[in-house]
Amino acid sequence: MRGAFGPGESTLTPLKRGIGAGNPIVYQSLGVCSALAVSNQLDKALVMSASLMFVATLSCTFISLLRHWTPRRVRMITQMLVIATLVILVDLYLRSHWITMRDALGPYVELIITNCLIMGRCEAYASREGPLKSALDGLGSAAGYGLILCAVALVREPMGNGTLLGHAIFPEGFMPARMVAMAPGAFLTMGLVVWVVRGLWPKVEAETVPITR
Amino acid sequence: MGEPQVTHAAVIFVAAIITNNILLSDFLGLCSFVAVSKTMRTSFGLGMAVVFVMSCTTPLNYAIYHGVLAANAPLLAADLTHLKLVVFIMVIAGFVQFLEMLIERFSPVLYHNLGIFLPLITVNCAILGASLFMLERGYPFAQTVAYGVGSGLGWALAICLLAGIRQRLQHADIPAPLRGLGITMIVTGLIAIAFLGFSGLARIQ
Repeated sequence: MRGAFGPGESTLTPLKRGIGAGNPIVYQSLGVCSALAVSNQLDKALVMSASLMFVATLSCTFISLLRHWTPRRVRMITQMLVIATLVILVDLYLRSHWITMRDALGPYVELIITNCLIMGRCEAYASREGPLKSALDGLGSAAGYGLILCAVALVREPMGNGTLLGHAIFPEGFMPARMVAMAPGAFLTMGLVVWVVRGLWPKVEAETVPITR
Repeated sequence: MGEPQVTHAAVIFVAAIITNNILLSDFLGLCSFVAVSKTMRTSFGLGMAVVFVMSCTTPLNYAIYHGVLAANAPLLAADLTHLKLVVFIMVIAGFVQFLEMLIERFSPVLYHNLGIFLPLITVNCAILGASLFMLERGYPFAQTVAYGVGSGLGWALAICLLAGIRQRLQHADIPAPLRGLGITMIVTGLIAIAFLGFSGLARIQ
C-alpha cells in the first residue's frame, strides 16, 4: 500500500487507498456520525453505504470538473450545493421507491450532506485532481466507509437483535443483548472495530494524508 | 409517523439534554466532538458556540419551513419542501458568517475566544440534524425552541464530560492502536451507558 501520493500516482491508487491505508473512518475519523446511527441493522448499513458511494463518486467528479472555474472563496458553497443536489436525488428516490427503508433511516439520509467524508475528499483531493481519479477516490473512500459500517452492523444486528438481514439466526432461547442495538453499543462496537483494524494494520497510519479544512 | 403527539415543551427540553441527547443517542456532531475534545477550555468554547447557534438556527429554520417552504405556507403557496436541505444549510452557513462578523465588530475579546470555533460549526452535523429532527417529529414552535436550546446544551454537556475524561487519559497507558478514535468511542459508549440510567425521567418519541 506504499504508493506515491499526489499527481504521480497511478489511476487505481486512490481507489485502493480509500478502502485500505486511507480508510476515512479508521484512519481519518471522518464520517463517524452516520456510521454509528445506521449500523444497528445490516440492511440499513448496506443502503446507507450504497447511497454514500453514489453521492461521493458523483460529487467528487463534479467538483473535479468544476475545479478550474471555482473561485477559492466560494468553493465551500459550491461543494455544498453539488452535494446537496445529489443527496436530494437519493432522498427523493428512496421516498418514491422504498419508503419503509427511508423511514427506517430517517433524517440520516439527508444528513449525508454534512457527512465530513464527502466534503473532506472534495476539499483534499477532488479540488486538485482530474475527474477520473477523483471519482475513484470518492468511490474508494465511500467503499472503505461501507466496509467499516457493515463490519459494525455485522456485530450489532445479531448481538442486539438476534437477526441478520431480518432473519432470526440464533436457536430458540437466545436472549439478544438489547444494549448492543442501542446507542452505547454503537460507540463500544465502533471503538472495538477501530481497535482491531488499527491493531492488524498499524503501519499505514503514518502514511495517511492529513485533511485540512 | 401517524398523528404527531404534542409533548410539553419542558419535557422536550429535559429530554433533549439528558435522555435523548443529540450526541449520545442520535450520534450527531461526532466529528468535531472527537477532534476538539482534547482540552476542557476549547471544548467549553465550542460547546457554548453550538448552544448559541443551535438555539437560533432551529427556530429560524422552523419559521422559514412553515412560512415559505411548506405546501400551504402563508408566504408562498408552492410546495418547496424538497428544497429544505439546501435552504437549511444556507441559513446555517449564512447565520454563522453573520454572527462572526457581528462578534468581530462588537466584542473583539469574545471573537478572539470563540472566533476559531465558529467556522467549524457550519459543518457540524448536529446543527442541521436538530433542524431535521424538529421537522421529522413535527414539533410546534414552543417545542422547537425548547428542542433547539436543549440539544445545544446537551451537546455541550457531552463534549465537556468527554474532555474531562480525555485530559486524564493523556497520562494513561493505552495500547497504541486504541489511541485517538478508538478509546474516544469506548469512553463515549460508557458515558452513554451512564446516561441510560436517566431513561424514564423524560421521553420524546
